[in-house]
Amino acid sequence: MPAAIPLTLELAGLSTALLLLLGVPLAWGLARGRGWWVEALGAVIALPLVLPPTVLGFYLLILLGPHGPLAPLLALAGLHTLAFSFTGLVIGSVVCSLPFMVQPVRSAFAAIGSAPWEAALTLRAAPWDAFVFVILPLARGGIVTGAILSFAHTLGEFGMVLMLGGDIPGKTEVLSIVIFNDVETLRWPEAGALAAGMAVFSFGVILVTLRAEARMARLRA
Amino acid sequence: MTLPRPPSRRQLAMLAALGIVAFGLRPAPARAEETSVAVAADFTVPAKRLAAAFEQKTGDTLVLSFAASGQILAQITQGAPYAVFLSADAARPRKLAAMGLAVPGSVFTYAVGRLALWSAQPGFVDAQGQVLQTGHFTHLAIANPQSAPYGAAAVQALKALGVYAAVAPKLVTGENIAQAYQFIASGNAELGFVALSEVLQDKSGSAWVVPQSLYQPIMQDAALLKAGEDDPAARAFLAYLQTPEARAIIRGYGYGTTP
Amino acid sequence: MAFEAPSAGITGLFGPSGCGKTTLLRCLAGLLRLPGAALRVDGEIWQEGPIFLPPHRRALGMVFQEARLFAHLSVRENLRFGLRRAKGAPRITDAAVIDALGLEPLLARAPAGLSGGERQRVAIGRALLAQPRLLLLDEPLAALDREAAQQILPRLREVSRLFAVPAVYVSHDLAEIEQIADYLLLMRPGGRIAARGELGALLTDPALPFAARRDAAMVLELRAQAYDEIYDLTTCAGAGVALTVPGWHGPAGAAVRLRVRASDVSIAKTEPWDSSILNALPARILSAETAAGPHVNLVLAVGQTRLLSSITRKSFDSLGLAVGGMVYAQVKAMALAAPG
Repeated sequence: MPAAIPLTLELAGLSTALLLLLGVPLAWGLARGRGWWVEALGAVIALPLVLPPTVLGFYLLILLGPHGPLAPLLALAGLHTLAFSFTGLVIGSVVCSLPFMVQPVRSAFAAIGSAPWEAALTLRAAPWDAFVFVILPLARGGIVTGAILSFAHTLGEFGMVLMLGGDIPGKTEVLSIVIFNDVETLRWPEAGALAAGMAVFSFGVILVTLRAEARMARLRA
Repeated sequence: MTLPRPPSRRQLAMLAALGIVAFGLRPAPARAEETSVAVAADFTVPAKRLAAAFEQKTGDTLVLSFAASGQILAQITQGAPYAVFLSADAARPRKLAAMGLAVPGSVFTYAVGRLALWSAQPGFVDAQGQVLQTGHFTHLAIANPQSAPYGAAAVQALKALGVYAAVAPKLVTGENIAQAYQFIASGNAELGFVALSEVLQDKSGSAWVVPQSLYQPIMQDAALLKAGEDDPAARAFLAYLQTPEARAIIRGYGYGTTP
Repeated sequence: MAFEAPSAGITGLFGPSGCGKTTLLRCLAGLLRLPGAALRVDGEIWQEGPIFLPPHRRALGMVFQEARLFAHLSVRENLRFGLRRAKGAPRITDAAVIDALGLEPLLARAPAGLSGGERQRVAIGRALLAQPRLLLLDEPLAALDREAAQQILPRLREVSRLFAVPAVYVSHDLAEIEQIADYLLLMRPGGRIAARGELGALLTDPALPFAARRDAAMVLELRAQAYDEIYDLTTCAGAGVALTVPGWHGPAGAAVRLRVRASDVSIAKTEPWDSSILNALPARILSAETAAGPHVNLVLAVGQTRLLSSITRKSFDSLGLAVGGMVYAQVKAMALAAPG
């Protein structure tokens, strides 16, 4: 159990960081793109909202396994499978939480529209420059929301981890699994204490982030 | 993407069972003429066969709910209206009896689980289980030894063979044997300990039936629950499970029966 | 469509709504890529065949209908956005722009708290500080009330001249164009250029719809000559025309731009001597545009320039006026007082 707390935080933190790197540009493409592929891609990204996490976990188990499409790459790296590894859980968390990152950020980008973007381009800003120094700061609210949702969602993710993790202490045994094991082995007080601790912690993180965001918004106005 | 093999109906059933685990679906409330039976997920297939045979004989209707034993126990303590509980272990029915939720004296062993070391790759597991000594694998799947009897048995067997310390870093733990089976079937774990009943149903890959001397017998006990105390069909079903006919069916699925 | 525009002064791009003015401007900015279009600005190729310079590589500044200030930056940071990104030592400094547009009191403020006129002034300053060789103005005053627009219009002309940045000014409001432009592109629906040339020449061209309009006007570029302190009048002259204009218009030699409405110019057959009109200019009637209605618009040659006069058809007939005839054009001085 002691190892599970830092492990869970590391998983949630790393997944959120990766989701920021991956989800924000993806949301930008979805917000700015035109054509049938936009909605198709949007629907694919939203799938984890619809599919039960255990089902997602089952398919990830196959995708990341020795018979999956990544197998040749894994073999090159000298790996048999990505299942039962922290890396595998990070990949799984990124997949499961992707819609939680992409949706609010996409909405924020859509609300900003193309006006500031065009203005920045006519002010000698290259596209990446305009994106980083104009669009991202303007979309800050949506990005913070996406990051909070992703972090909280990864913190509590259970079904996917159950299917993919293999319950290895210190590597893949995250808090939700510990809580589940406690329930399974009739250690209900321990389970309750951990679950309460997790809820209080998540509440604290979300509250602090939202307050910081509100303060920044007030400073700007 | 290549699946290890086309997903069988069995795998889909397992998937469904896991879905129930994850979402804690509440069992449908039993109607007067129906008897509600909670079955440990590992016993899904034989239970269906036994229920069908019983219904044909008596005309009673059984409604089967499948979930992990721990989940079922939690549901019963929260008032789930099951009449009969077929557990994957001996501890939980006893605990229910102690809590006054099962009818005293109704608990008996309906099946004895048997452990097998299995790999989806033909020839990977040899007839003597020597592969455990040579150790040319990265992941060995077992069920959770704390909550699943097959997991505890697997650990006992590994210790009896004197290889536990050597393979411990390679252990990956499924929540139950169904999940351990999935780890192996998908190839993510090269081999692992599962229920013999699972191996017999697929008849693929390679397996070693672990000698019963290496682990405590895996007693799977049944109990008549308080909700079924006055239900003649529930009592009849429990009685049926002890008939030679039912015991033969159970043995046919790779379980032992008590003498 | 092919056209050339001079790379000095302000080119007004005028046409009805939806004729493609904004599209043309967005092509100039590089925000839109029309296949097959060719653009050269100041000898530099911006688009031709496979060559397409992206907007940020074009030395331009653009002011949109809405100011499009960056909400997360202060006014000062907005102003410096383009300045920081322009290469080389800045030709147009922030101090000069802040001074010319009166932005000093706004610098520390957030865009959200500014009025529409203030925002647009900041947007103009921000565009100028990007060190443009061409300023693109897409109906920058259309969203403002008349008063705010009238404060900005002369400043816009001033900064274009002060910082020597040529501009393209898009508008569907001819009065704005008459106040600000030196050169005019007239666009027809469908994106064709119907006419182009000096603003004054086009406004008085009988072949174009401007001269016959009931609210027709003409623009004169003169220079201040002498100021009469007693009567608060300035004599302005140029192109063979001398006019007395109320108010002070700067020291001798200062450029004075006068918009003369056709309805403020009356006609006399003989030189008036007992009239209140200070400005009576000998003129020759070049054409008489008689559209439906009570008025006749005369195009007059005065010195080396032209004036428009709108009179009633009745006067035209009773005075016995005819194309080619000599008359006196009387311009009411007080009508030259206020711009617009």
